[in-house]
Amino acid sequence: MTTGSRAAAADAVTRAGEWRAPSLFGGPARRLAFWLAVAAYSTWAVADLNVDWSRLVRGFGRAADILVRMTPPAVGERWHILLSGMLESVQMAIASSLIGIVFALPLGLAAAANLAPRPLYLAARGIIVVGRTFHEVVIAIFFVKLFGFGPVAGLLTLAFSSAVFLGKMLAEDIENMKAGPVEAIRATGAGFWQTVVYAVAPQVLVKTLGVFIYRLDANLRHSTVVGIVGAGGIGATLSASFSRYDYDFASAILLSIAGIVAFGEWFSDWARRKLR
Amino acid sequence: MVQRLGPPEAAVSTAPYPDTWQRRTRRQSLLQWLWLAGSAAAAVWSVSALDIEWAFFQDAHEQAADLVGRMWPPRWSYLPRIVKPMIDTVHIATLGTMIAIVLSVPVAFLAARNTTANGLTWMIGRFLLVGSRSINTVIWGLLFVAIFGPGALAGVFAVAARSVGFIAKLIAEAIEEVDPGQIEAVRATGAGTLQTWWVAIVPQVMPVLIGTTIYRWDINVRESSVLGFVGAGGIGLLLYASINSFAWSQVIVILFAILVIVLASEALSAWVRKRIS
Repeated sequence: MTTGSRAAAADAVTRAGEWRAPSLFGGPARRLAFWLAVAAYSTWAVADLNVDWSRLVRGFGRAADILVRMTPPAVGERWHILLSGMLESVQMAIASSLIGIVFALPLGLAAAANLAPRPLYLAARGIIVVGRTFHEVVIAIFFVKLFGFGPVAGLLTLAFSSAVFLGKMLAEDIENMKAGPVEAIRATGAGFWQTVVYAVAPQVLVKTLGVFIYRLDANLRHSTVVGIVGAGGIGATLSASFSRYDYDFASAILLSIAGIVAFGEWFSDWARRKLR
Repeated sequence: MVQRLGPPEAAVSTAPYPDTWQRRTRRQSLLQWLWLAGSAAAAVWSVSALDIEWAFFQDAHEQAADLVGRMWPPRWSYLPRIVKPMIDTVHIATLGTMIAIVLSVPVAFLAARNTTANGLTWMIGRFLLVGSRSINTVIWGLLFVAIFGPGALAGVFAVAARSVGFIAKLIAEAIEEVDPGQIEAVRATGAGTLQTWWVAIVPQVMPVLIGTTIYRWDINVRESSVLGFVGAGGIGLLLYASINSFAWSQVIVILFAILVIVLASEALSAWVRKRIS
């Protein structure tokens, strides 16, 4: 840098025409305005949140303390709690994905503008928009209220949000498919379901399978948190271990979750690559 | 290439032509049924091993009717009380995303194969990516509440901790796919490593950085609406309190507010992403 600026200073001609990388903002005034806006927003937001700075400072000390108490992760005789919690999470993820796709098929067909009649289309899109808005944990509360504490609530939560997610993706794939095959099958005199099976399904099947595998992975991640509101899985155990300051067990649970989620992601990537 | 005018001889089969058309061969449909049966078996195993109390299903419709009855009419007078927590929720998402951008750029350069220094730094980068992504925002919230105590600060850090991995992973993938010609050209002018990164790589990954960040911000608004459940600030705190005190007519007001904010942020995020691409 120093040699560069010295050379530039020595040569006034070069300096006049000094090259600068084109700015992202399209001008120095706009760039200044952008950074001022960022600074102003951050100041406002931090002031609004009433951040207690002394707590932040003390927090770093406490983080070190917690980290020390977390190592080494200890399971001891509680390994069966960990194992049954993790198994429950995995089962919830598998079952909910499969139940989810069963419900996603009619939902996706109904939400495709090129297949469904207008009122049905609007109703299905409404379900999708509202269903996607709420976090899994919020939906879980309702199922806990309806079906009591336990994995049923978690299973239904994940099945519901999977159905909505898969339905949305399926509807988009159906809307983007080629119209030719549908027309050709219709021209043979095929009814609605025959058209779906012979013209729509072959076009969207592979993509839908890919999205399904992705969702299986996503459900595995979500199944670890719905337990916080009592909907089964490892989340409840983790939450309890934090509130009991049982940090070495908590770190064992965190590592197990990270491990199984990382495995799920690897599997999902691998399976989707194989599909292509 | 010789143009064939008729079907090749070998294609003429002596077998009688089938009367009805079958889309799949027998082998294909057998395989298909096997896959379906396997999936059904997996579903049955998962559900049966969950020890489901089927008795709960019997009164579920009564519970649902009860819930709707308690929710309606919504207590709209509660709305002014939740304005501040709703703004806090958006602040948590935005500040968390801002911290995440700053942290994710160095992590991305560590985790991209063509910019990382050596095998060890690559491993560190990958470890940070996997660690950040595998833990859900709410679980990060639990951890940061233990560190900083309950409040929005823990929420901001939880959002940041989860988003770093998400943003950095996509940037690292973009860095690995940059046009090497530009790097070579900038290096040929005598630029150092950091200058090369700044002039040749950063502009190329900028669209990915902006698009990913805005997309993640929109997810974070949704996530921060539940961070209050573990004490990490935002609207979730009031939602949880209302649910625990069975104030369902307040719950529906809060849910409505969340619906509006999430839809607005989703629309904003989609609009910005459309404009930059």
